[in-house]
Amino acid sequence: MKLHEYQAKGVFADAGIPVPDSALASTVDDAVEAAEGIGYPVAIKAQVQVGGRGKAGGIKLVEDAEAAREAADEILGMDLKGLHVDRVLVEAAVDFTNELYVGVTMDRAEGKPVAMVSTRGGVDIEEVAAEEPDAIVREHIDPAFGMHPYQARKAAFEAGVDRAVATDVASILTQLYDLWDDKDATEIEVNPLMVTADDEVVAADAVMNIDEDALFRHPDLAEMEEEAAGDELEAKANEYGFDYVRLSGNVGIIGNGAGLVMTTLDLVDYYGGSPANFLDIGGGAKAERVTNALDMVFSDENVDSVVFNIFGGITRGDEVAKGINEALEGFDEIPKKVVVRLAGTNAEEGMEILNTDLVTVEATLEDAVQRAVEYADEEEAQ
Amino acid sequence: MSILVDNDTRVVVQGITGGEGKFHTGQMIEYGTNVVAGAVPGRGGQEVDGVPVYDTVHGAAREEDANAAVVFVPPAFAADALFEALDSPVDLVVAITEGVPQQDMAKVYRKLTETDTHLIGPNCPGLITPGEAKLGILPGNIFAEGNVGLVSRSGTLTYQVVDNLTQRGIGQTSAVGIGGDPIIGTDFVDALELFENDPDTEAVAMCGEIGGEDEEEAAAFIGEHMDTPVAAFIAGRTAPPGKRMGHAGAIVSGSGTGTAESKIDALNDAGVPVGDTPNEVADHIEDFL
Repeated sequence: MKLHEYQAKGVFADAGIPVPDSALASTVDDAVEAAEGIGYPVAIKAQVQVGGRGKAGGIKLVEDAEAAREAADEILGMDLKGLHVDRVLVEAAVDFTNELYVGVTMDRAEGKPVAMVSTRGGVDIEEVAAEEPDAIVREHIDPAFGMHPYQARKAAFEAGVDRAVATDVASILTQLYDLWDDKDATEIEVNPLMVTADDEVVAADAVMNIDEDALFRHPDLAEMEEEAAGDELEAKANEYGFDYVRLSGNVGIIGNGAGLVMTTLDLVDYYGGSPANFLDIGGGAKAERVTNALDMVFSDENVDSVVFNIFGGITRGDEVAKGINEALEGFDEIPKKVVVRLAGTNAEEGMEILNTDLVTVEATLEDAVQRAVEYADEEEAQ
Repeated sequence: MSILVDNDTRVVVQGITGGEGKFHTGQMIEYGTNVVAGAVPGRGGQEVDGVPVYDTVHGAAREEDANAAVVFVPPAFAADALFEALDSPVDLVVAITEGVPQQDMAKVYRKLTETDTHLIGPNCPGLITPGEAKLGILPGNIFAEGNVGLVSRSGTLTYQVVDNLTQRGIGQTSAVGIGGDPIIGTDFVDALELFENDPDTEAVAMCGEIGGEDEEEAAAFIGEHMDTPVAAFIAGRTAPPGKRMGHAGAIVSGSGTGTAESKIDALNDAGVPVGDTPNEVADHIEDFL
């Protein structure tokens, strides 16, 4: 779960990490009032989960009330790479002399957290990593011990951070690691960490990803989840407890197990179609869950056909068939054509139950996908 | 021959009194697996399906000579259960549990590096040696005895590929689901090495997916160390960056590492054919035999 910038900065501030003065606003008047309170210049920043907000016009620096009003009016309600902006963060602009990068993330290959410091802050750090890997100092942390203070100092000094601020940067890195540990983060990143003329250090941006599997022990962060959802359908999926990702195509996809659902997406593409979503109903799904899954996919107005691909291990074909029947029998007219492929546990029982007046049945994954792509093309042509 | 499990595997099930633990213990026994004990704190002395339950894994290992543990313990307690299993005398630990927090797994992984125990998973379907034993939740009826090894990050995708193989009369030595989490015990390289050293395994099917660099490392290993031919499938070609595709580990990072393309290129460079569909993987395997 990725926190919004304002959420992450709230968590930072609570942990004692310096962040600029700021306020969240959802109307133009509130944004101007916040700007007046903070004092100019301020940055007005769209609160949506996309990279490159600045380049896309979602961040504006303003010097007075008139400009603040204009900027807030422009940004609030705008469509930023497909996401609707309904909140802005109004934030004191920092007069900086230097921009650093600090972060903590999980190194999957090593199975260990790694802390990072670079003096090349303020730019795309991925590019720095690709072009000048030595410009980022990495310090692996033994999860049994946590980060030793010397490791934070070593990372800061070896990265070439100015001696006047290096110990402050090291202590922020230590605070970030402690936050990473306390909050079950998978990634924390500050880019840029700004250094001011009088050698103050301020977190001007904040990226924080939380391990969804650990939310059970962080009720405070779990509450932020709904607000962090980027899309109405994705919020609905959270409610139903589905792993769901919305894509831009028109073939709706439902299946069981992440690998198989991804494979179904890939095959839709392979056979010339375009997937509308990833939806994993998980293992052992009962009829109601199947009904909810169809409701999810039909809620996406881009969907022109649906392919249901189940290979039952702990999921039972008869339960799936029951759920599909229940969902479709509720409609006077079925919204879009549904193709079903059932294999594995109780697939035969499922095929007997399945109301074949309502769905098209195919025996193999390849045939089911091709049929769904065909239906989507026909629907689109109409 | 086979890898990791066979007729001599003696299983203790951690969490045997829970819904899933109980159900799959029954399924494992029905398949012929030698389930010798359960371990649930506070339930020692009870029986589940005729299997004696112990309070600790150590007790089960001592009294019943268990040499493998299968873990069905809920995520919040899974790391503790894994530490218990890794401290006990068992040689193999299979963690079925889905949703173990990443930082818990980092600590378990640290412990694992100090032991000689094989850990499979977490978030995996387990492993099977057809005709001998299965440890986990794989549906036994789709497998057949034979000479193809299979290793996969995904459960149901494994079933799909196995089905494609079995349907055309190609059986398996062993099949291992290594799990879809970012931090797992046995990885592709470990499993491939075991298959390479198994005299009966004549070809290996490998199912990878987006996220991380395990498949790239596997490709390098295959190129340098394997004589047994390998065919692969990579799921997630159409996955957008930054989105977790169900599995916690299945995510293409913003910087573009962990893409299907990079994995497919690495495998092709190592001489490994990559199927566009699961059925094409079975075609390649058939060509090898």
